[in-house]
Amino acid sequence: MENLIGFLVAAPLLGAALLLCGGRRLDGKGHYIGTLLAAASFVIGAVLFAEMLGRGEHDRALHSKVFSWIPVGGFRADVAFQLDQLSMTFVLLITGVGTLIHIYSIGYMEHDERRRRFFGYLNLFLAAMLLLVLADNYLLLYVGWEGVGLASYLLIGFWQHKPSAATAAKKAFIVNRVGDVGLSIAIMLMFTTFGTFTFAPVLTDADHASEGKLTAIGLMLLLAACGKSAQVPLQSWLGDAMEGPTPVSALIHAATMVTAGVYLITRSGPIFEGAPDAQAAVVTVGAVTLLFGAIVGCAKDDIKKALAGSTMSQIGYMILAAGLGPIGYVFAIMHLVTHGFFKAGLFLGAGSVMHAMNDEVDMRKYGGLRTYMPITFVTFGLGYLAIIGFPGLSGFWSKDKIIEAAFAKGGTEGWILGGAALLGAAITAYYMTRVMLLTFFGEKRWGTTPSPDEPSAEPAAESAGAHAEPHPHESPKSMTIPMIVLAVGSVFAGGLFSLNDAFLTWLEPVTGHSHGDSPLSAAAVTAGTMVVLAIGVALAWAQYGRRPVPRTAPRGSLLTRAARRDLLQDDFNHVALVKPGQYLTRGLVYLDHKLVDGVVNGTAASVGGLSGRLRRLQNGYARTYAVSMFGGTAVLIAATLLMRAV
Amino acid sequence: MNPVNYLYLAALLFTIGAAGVVIRRNAIVLFMCVELMLNACNLAFVTFSRLHGNLDGQIIAFFTMVVAAAEVVVGLAIIVTVFRSRHSASVDDASLMKL
Repeated sequence: MENLIGFLVAAPLLGAALLLCGGRRLDGKGHYIGTLLAAASFVIGAVLFAEMLGRGEHDRALHSKVFSWIPVGGFRADVAFQLDQLSMTFVLLITGVGTLIHIYSIGYMEHDERRRRFFGYLNLFLAAMLLLVLADNYLLLYVGWEGVGLASYLLIGFWQHKPSAATAAKKAFIVNRVGDVGLSIAIMLMFTTFGTFTFAPVLTDADHASEGKLTAIGLMLLLAACGKSAQVPLQSWLGDAMEGPTPVSALIHAATMVTAGVYLITRSGPIFEGAPDAQAAVVTVGAVTLLFGAIVGCAKDDIKKALAGSTMSQIGYMILAAGLGPIGYVFAIMHLVTHGFFKAGLFLGAGSVMHAMNDEVDMRKYGGLRTYMPITFVTFGLGYLAIIGFPGLSGFWSKDKIIEAAFAKGGTEGWILGGAALLGAAITAYYMTRVMLLTFFGEKRWGTTPSPDEPSAEPAAESAGAHAEPHPHESPKSMTIPMIVLAVGSVFAGGLFSLNDAFLTWLEPVTGHSHGDSPLSAAAVTAGTMVVLAIGVALAWAQYGRRPVPRTAPRGSLLTRAARRDLLQDDFNHVALVKPGQYLTRGLVYLDHKLVDGVVNGTAASVGGLSGRLRRLQNGYARTYAVSMFGGTAVLIAATLLMRAV
Repeated sequence: MNPVNYLYLAALLFTIGAAGVVIRRNAIVLFMCVELMLNACNLAFVTFSRLHGNLDGQIIAFFTMVVAAAEVVVGLAIIVTVFRSRHSASVDDASLMKL
């Protein structure tokens, strides 16, 4: 059985190699190869899962060493896999949702002539992510981590002919690089502290290390998680990453990439438990991000960017839960899985809507689509109910637990975190209802010629206008079937996991679990969640459901305008990082020109001038040389005599 | 007479020769000045021989004369050849090698 673990990674990797090296002769069937190999990986995962269930809960972890990667003296780095319950959960999520997204992409990318390449990148993404969650040491995890970064770069910039996509890809890559530095420093610190970076010894020895070291490692791991999971302050790449094709957004947001940070923190739990300061930093980042993302999500008119804000916010919940320690780990992962279902479903639904609307992304130009696209409407609607935490659906079970756990943190801290989580739930309800109302309800705001009150429609819309009027239609089966499967998951996954605390018992042997003392009873938290949920929905309905929606966005309050600009994240980065960087380079260029070049050029000029003068001594008359010889000899003799006299 | 005076004479002759080499342009005169310097050296050698009471200096003087004679043969031949081709014995005119 252990040998099968390698094939989990190998299958999509083989797909990537085949599709990227296979050339044009695979153009016609590349997407089937890619999808089949992703599905193969899922089947292997399912077989391993069934087999794992058959064993006792404490010897479920499988290890498989493939080869010794770098054996140098006392230093050993192995390519070795570890499949325990936590990895298993991720494997099933990644391959399952990943396969559905592959199937969806067959339809979505049908008219793209580079479809084979696209599937190659998708497979590469899956392979890298699987390597990340299956590695049994931090160094191999780092390989997967970088692979994910590379694949996301390739996919976000897939439509590289658009400058905006190329820029977004670069931005994602560079911002991620900042986080990756954190991970590499953390690994180095681990090596100096523990002498190894294999999970098992590092995590069991964590309580022997000094708290200072653990805090340093924890903060560096948090930095890494911030980069990959788009948490404040490294969140700015996520919104721009929407430039990629929609299936990519679904993949990045649901199955791969952004979940990596949550995995890293959960996996490194013992390190954080030994470093309360690092834990406090984690929960702060989580709480800030969950509000930040939610506020951004409220103001965006671009359907994908609104969903991106929502992802940021939901990942914030997970990071918050993971930072709470053993109370939260299980719920972080549970929310991650349910989020994987409904967020993938929502993105695929958004893609389906865009597919029908000639790639228009502005929700103010949608409206009334429920009658035109019934399947998309129903699946998107179920995803919507799941994400806002409608009772009984997936999001309800997982998000509620996180809010409960936040309150259970205790003290003022618990109240603040719980309050933030509760507020986040209200905002989530608000912005998701807004997305839903703008897209599927109300009167249709598309088709007719643009009204004269919007003379400055953006150029993108102008060029889209060249396609003539959109004719909304339901998407092909290859796109709707994955959406239906994901919608089913969005509805039932949470309930299924919570049945007899199934998910808790499943993960507890790996992550551990403790019940905190909540100042509020579970029922009170649920009731509170329901109340804020209703408030959020009602507010959104009052604003977007009752009144007609203008096709151009009103100017809005200061907060709205800031939120439309992603709460000034780019402006902040520009002022705080880009500008000083530019000044620094300019200063250095100035120094280089004036100082370094000055010294070099000055030396050259003085040597040149001196030799120009000395050259005159070489006048070609032999007697001049004779004079210098005589003179030289005379000086030598005089010196000799003088020395002798002294 | 103190033999050291001969040394002064030799130095004087050498200086005159050297000054001639440096100042004059006519190749023949230059040549004569070189001879003057060689003979000044000879005089110094012979004087040293006398001062030290051995014959080493005198032997070297003979060598010098032989070398000088050989040099005169070659040198004069060159000067005559140059004069034939350029109708001038001035050393400044023979500047083909000068850049």
